[in-house]
Amino acid sequence: MVRVVSIVVFVAVWWIGAQYAGAQLLPGPEAVVAAMIEAARTGELFFQIGITLLRVFCAFSLAMLVGTAIGLLMGRVKLADRIGDPWLIVLLNLPALVIIVLAFIWGGLTEVAGILAVAINKLPNTVVTVREGARALDPGLDEMARVFDLSRGKTLRHVVLPQLAPYIAAAARSGLSLVWKIVLVVELLGRPNGVGFEIGIAFQLFDVTRILAYALAFVVVIMAIETFLVQPLERRVSRWRPRAA
Amino acid sequence: MNDASPAGDPGQLDVRIARKSFTAATGGRLDVLRDVAFSLPRSEVGAVVGPSGCGKTTMLRIIAGLDTDFEGSVRRPGTGRLGMVFQEPRLLPWRTVEENVRLVAPAVSDAALSLLFGVLELEAHRAHYPGELSLGLARRVALARAFAVEPGLLMLDEPFVSLDEALARRLREQLVTLVETQAMTTLLVTHDLEEAVRLADRVFLLSARPAHLVTEIPLTIPRRARTEAEIAAMLGDLATRISNGGASVSQ
Repeated sequence: MVRVVSIVVFVAVWWIGAQYAGAQLLPGPEAVVAAMIEAARTGELFFQIGITLLRVFCAFSLAMLVGTAIGLLMGRVKLADRIGDPWLIVLLNLPALVIIVLAFIWGGLTEVAGILAVAINKLPNTVVTVREGARALDPGLDEMARVFDLSRGKTLRHVVLPQLAPYIAAAARSGLSLVWKIVLVVELLGRPNGVGFEIGIAFQLFDVTRILAYALAFVVVIMAIETFLVQPLERRVSRWRPRAA
Repeated sequence: MNDASPAGDPGQLDVRIARKSFTAATGGRLDVLRDVAFSLPRSEVGAVVGPSGCGKTTMLRIIAGLDTDFEGSVRRPGTGRLGMVFQEPRLLPWRTVEENVRLVAPAVSDAALSLLFGVLELEAHRAHYPGELSLGLARRVALARAFAVEPGLLMLDEPFVSLDEALARRLREQLVTLVETQAMTTLLVTHDLEEAVRLADRVFLLSARPAHLVTEIPLTIPRRARTEAEIAAMLGDLATRISNGGASVSQ
């Protein structure tokens, strides 16, 4: 209920703002929705969002998978931590734009270079979060697994990963939003399609309606992913936790 | 009683720890165990008794192979797996009671599991998560887990500490039932003399830190046949030996 009121207030403020700023600078909600419907009718909207989502999915999965593995290694093995730490600091502080531009220069204006650039931007963040989790692993459970002679695979799956789950979830949450922002920059700079590319075109034509239409459509998609995918998954993973009274 | 020798039955447990030390925070070495050597014959229950903090848990970790940084040798019974009940239950909170047991004992039959849960009164808690259990229940699950692997050597580290006496007594009864049905070599660490006298076939007395073996006392009367009077007599005997041995053991 509160959420609905909040959204209504947002739309109202937007509408009032549009009356003052004029349609050129800030088109009203009805104009943006109309542009969205028009783009959806031609199929253009779904195609561009689909392409962007695919890139988000690839870069996100890559960064999470590799980042979790490196984070676990660095949290568990002192030597790995000492070797990896300076790299981590460099990557954490390297601006996204630098990584993207270098990736396109060295890898050409290709799909692989684009996705790699996004993944590398997200990677250090995942590593740091998962490393924190790996450092907090319960040595008692580790000993239990050793005494009962659990295989490495079983230990990883049933003892280690469930302990890391909250950290991986935190990395995934912040990761999804970070990745889609960077994917748009990559598309703007070096891809011939996607939401970022469309917004780039709209920018050159000073077509604010189109910019907002694509942004809004994408926000709806991301919110749907959050509500119907991320939250149920989190509930499932944490179903064993005693519920707060 | 067969005399335990280092080259004895391969089914027995041989412990020969010459020395175990830790590096102290201030530098230098701190001895925890000195000359702890004993053998536990196959299928017997041995109780290691010593004052709190004397290094009993350290000794168990060495026997379990969790700590290899010591002088000496340990030979575990050649057959069967290792079962261990830690001082804390150490259950996986994201797995139910039954899933916790089945993870370490995938080969356990439904019948064996039902029997085990029946004896330990866990039948109603199969589908519960450890977070929903009391400490007493969680300890019983830890016992069930250790028994489910049908271990060749079962080790228990003060499994009933910080439980109320009535519950501890019931759990001891359950432990005796299980140990006798499965006929496994069992090493129990405790600082409770009465627990040792009620459960063990053989008591190993450790001194205060650095712990060494003060004496080994075989209890010849079978566990089930011990009367309250005999238990009281054994307790008195143990207490005398402890004061003569210069070690102090809390009751």
